[in-house]
Amino acid sequence: MKQASQELHDLSVAALAQQLRQRQVSSVEVAQHFLQRLRRHAGLGAFLDVQEDVTLAQARAADARLAAGTAGPLEGVPLAHKDIFVTRDFITTAGSRMLEGYRSPFDATVVARLAQAGAVTLGKLNCDEFAMGSANENSAYGAVQNPWDTTRTPGGSSGGSAAAVAARLAPAATGTDTGGSIRQPSAFCGVTGIKPTYGRASRYGMVAFASSLDQAGVLARSAEDCAVLLSVLCGADPDRDSTSLDLPDEDFSRSLNAPIDGLRIGVPQEFFGAGLADDVRAAVEAALKQYEALGARLVPISLPRTELSIPVYYIIAPAEASSNLSRFDGVKFGHRARDYADLTDMYERTRAEGFGDEVKRRIMIGTYVLSHGYYDAYYLQAQKIRRMIAADFQQAFTQCDVIAGPVAPTVAWPLGGHGNDPLADYLADIFTLPASLAGLPGMSLPVGFGAGQMPVGLQLIGNHLSESRLLNVAHRYQQATDFHLRAPQGI
Amino acid sequence: MACAADCAAEPNSLVLHPVSIEPTMSLTASDIDRLARLARLGLAPDERSRLQTQLNDFFGIVEQMRAVPTEGITPMAHPTDLLREVALRLRDDVASEPNQREANQRSAPAVEAGLFLVPKVIE
Repeated sequence: MKQASQELHDLSVAALAQQLRQRQVSSVEVAQHFLQRLRRHAGLGAFLDVQEDVTLAQARAADARLAAGTAGPLEGVPLAHKDIFVTRDFITTAGSRMLEGYRSPFDATVVARLAQAGAVTLGKLNCDEFAMGSANENSAYGAVQNPWDTTRTPGGSSGGSAAAVAARLAPAATGTDTGGSIRQPSAFCGVTGIKPTYGRASRYGMVAFASSLDQAGVLARSAEDCAVLLSVLCGADPDRDSTSLDLPDEDFSRSLNAPIDGLRIGVPQEFFGAGLADDVRAAVEAALKQYEALGARLVPISLPRTELSIPVYYIIAPAEASSNLSRFDGVKFGHRARDYADLTDMYERTRAEGFGDEVKRRIMIGTYVLSHGYYDAYYLQAQKIRRMIAADFQQAFTQCDVIAGPVAPTVAWPLGGHGNDPLADYLADIFTLPASLAGLPGMSLPVGFGAGQMPVGLQLIGNHLSESRLLNVAHRYQQATDFHLRAPQGI
Repeated sequence: MACAADCAAEPNSLVLHPVSIEPTMSLTASDIDRLARLARLGLAPDERSRLQTQLNDFFGIVEQMRAVPTEGITPMAHPTDLLREVALRLRDDVASEPNQREANQRSAPAVEAGLFLVPKVIE
């Protein structure tokens, strides 16, 4: 039985879950609908692995639980996972040649928690290699296209996740955010995405990039859906993730409708400097006006070390990456070079063949800043400024409840637009890096359109563990506006 | 919080602080060779020269960071140490995982009799 007024792919996660619970539609029907869509839109390059038989088997099992009255909160709802989460039943590549065809013996905790709640997996989503990139052009399996304009980048590194949600190929998707990899593609593709406080979601089974920064989160079409999914995805995993916060599960939907009268929104002056494009500035300022109309108060604040977050992040993240990626040695899993003279030669050839350019650059930077004689000047210095950046936020939060500003300085740029200049990508991360370094929760919600009718995102940053408040603030905006309901043409 | 007070005292001690620092030497071709060796990356000659240029460009934007005064600031290795005391968590010393040798070796490049094969290292 199909819904007459709204197509299945236009339904929210909450509405879909409800229709499934009421048996208005079966999980198999929903899965088939989305599988058909993602086949039709395969040209976007959003999916790296689809196994229809696995998905349909999961959907049949969900239907059985729905019939038996043992359904979980997400029973039968199809989701897709960023290819950085390992999965037993789907191939996991992390966007790298190094892991071509890799089958994990286990599911990441995040994947397992969503499955436990009844979610059905549609497949694995393209991303920058090992989540290193801001345009999804560093994937060894080709770039993803932005559904709003297929000549443009969807953003990165969770580019496949954002494109799939924007194109209605999945109602929602998982992503990871190390320096902005959920927030920036969400902004570029006009979807809603949230990265929770560092330590909220388990890192077990997330292919590691920079362990003190990596954090799982979700991309969906509304704050309401993000809240539903985040409540399932987050939770303590003390035996498997040494940095997991040992906190009870939380219902992030509980205060979605709370009033925001008198909410103090901090507006960091450093986020509105000369580097911010006029179209993005206009959309973000209009959103802030909308918040004033909803009863919030704007408070000018300063995050004085915003610009420094670029070198600090691009020292710390590559340092951690160079260490994490040393496990790819051609012995236990992944690629191994065909010809080699001895063990060292095998390592060197394997890694030269398996890693792409950006990954090699970061390994080299990381190796350098951790090497004897440079450790103090670069790595330790970056960690010290990281603390100063975190303290700047605490200072700001004495004056405001949440912080708002742009996610990125521009709308999505054309694929290939940054050419072979990695620095151009790094500099474009300026507004998302500070919250990552401080371990704070952050989100992006669509608030308008800029040049080329491309979506613009508003970034909201909260203090540690304030996800409920962030989602509430985003939800109130989405109750008053309809930017989050707009869909790209031809989708 | 180790530095909240110091940082707050000087909120504008920002980006381009004019402090004299010894200029960094550019990375030379032999530096690139040494790093590639340490990182076990076998790079082709054209890759080496490209990386040399790109890394030197990158360290150009890092210079501003080196000039920031940070005396007395404790390095922040972990983002939640602002939130709470972070102690290395240890789990009970008991076997919690089932033996999954076959599943674990399924994606290994070379396996024989349950062992990972590597090139000979001891003559």
